[in-house]
Amino acid sequence: MTIGLDHYLTVAAILFTIGVLGIFVNRRNVIVILMSIELILLAVNINLVSFSVFLHDVVGQIYALFVLTVAAAEAAVGLAILVTFFRWRGGIGVDDASVMRG
Amino acid sequence: MALQAIAFYLLAATTVVAGLAVISAKNPVHSVLFLITAFFSAAGLFVLLGAEFLAMILVVVYVGAVAVLFLFVVMMLDVDFAALRQGSVRYLPIGAMVAGLLTVEMILVAVSVAHNGAAAGSTGPTPTGSVTNAEAIGRVLYTDYAYFFQIAGLVLLVAMIGAIVLTLKHRVGVKRQDVGRQTARTPASGMRIVTIKSGEGIDE
Repeated sequence: MTIGLDHYLTVAAILFTIGVLGIFVNRRNVIVILMSIELILLAVNINLVSFSVFLHDVVGQIYALFVLTVAAAEAAVGLAILVTFFRWRGGIGVDDASVMRG
Repeated sequence: MALQAIAFYLLAATTVVAGLAVISAKNPVHSVLFLITAFFSAAGLFVLLGAEFLAMILVVVYVGAVAVLFLFVVMMLDVDFAALRQGSVRYLPIGAMVAGLLTVEMILVAVSVAHNGAAAGSTGPTPTGSVTNAEAIGRVLYTDYAYFFQIAGLVLLVAMIGAIVLTLKHRVGVKRQDVGRQTARTPASGMRIVTIKSGEGIDE
């Protein structure tokens, strides 16, 4: 049996929903939420790369490279904000971040 | 072909199980380690697809930098993670429902696209001859997408500066080296020659 595009897209879809579910069930823990976002971006990258390979167009992989860049930047800034927030409030619960009454 | 299928199912199962472990692990350190596992097996999937360059980038950037950054922050912060988990089960039923629905929808769309879309008749990952994957990416990235490449570097620079600015803490009462003052010091301001009479000592 051959492994086609649909197989890779299915893995990406499952990984994407795991990420979304992670945000649902860990909605008070910012660190796990950030990790779930990383999982979602990984799923997007799998989608981009598999389409790129199956369409024989390398541009999809370039786009995946940029997604990777932005994900790394997002993780760095997110964790920096987390460290600052922890110093300020002494905790990282999402519920603590209600000073702006949003 | 059978070997490829076995490798695919092994890597895909590892990715999905590790992803599930990331969101369900009690200890965030374990979550980070499972995230590393997920990234490694995803890199294996990329290799299977023939995108070796991105696979290596994934290992270097994610496992080498991002996951270690997560690990540092998780271990550095003294947080009671058990308290953060309270009440998380309450949202599990509706979350699982939404997730199940989303998965089914996306898989349906994916299968439909794979069989009827632009990539319907594709032969899949074929060896591209003399041009390697990294070379093919380089040929496009440094020509057509050179500006985007520069902007990506700028994004990383801004993120780096932002992270440093956010976490920098100025403590008061800490002795620091002042290079300007050090180099501006002259013999005239730094020392003074005094003639002392014998047996009298010096004031001050």
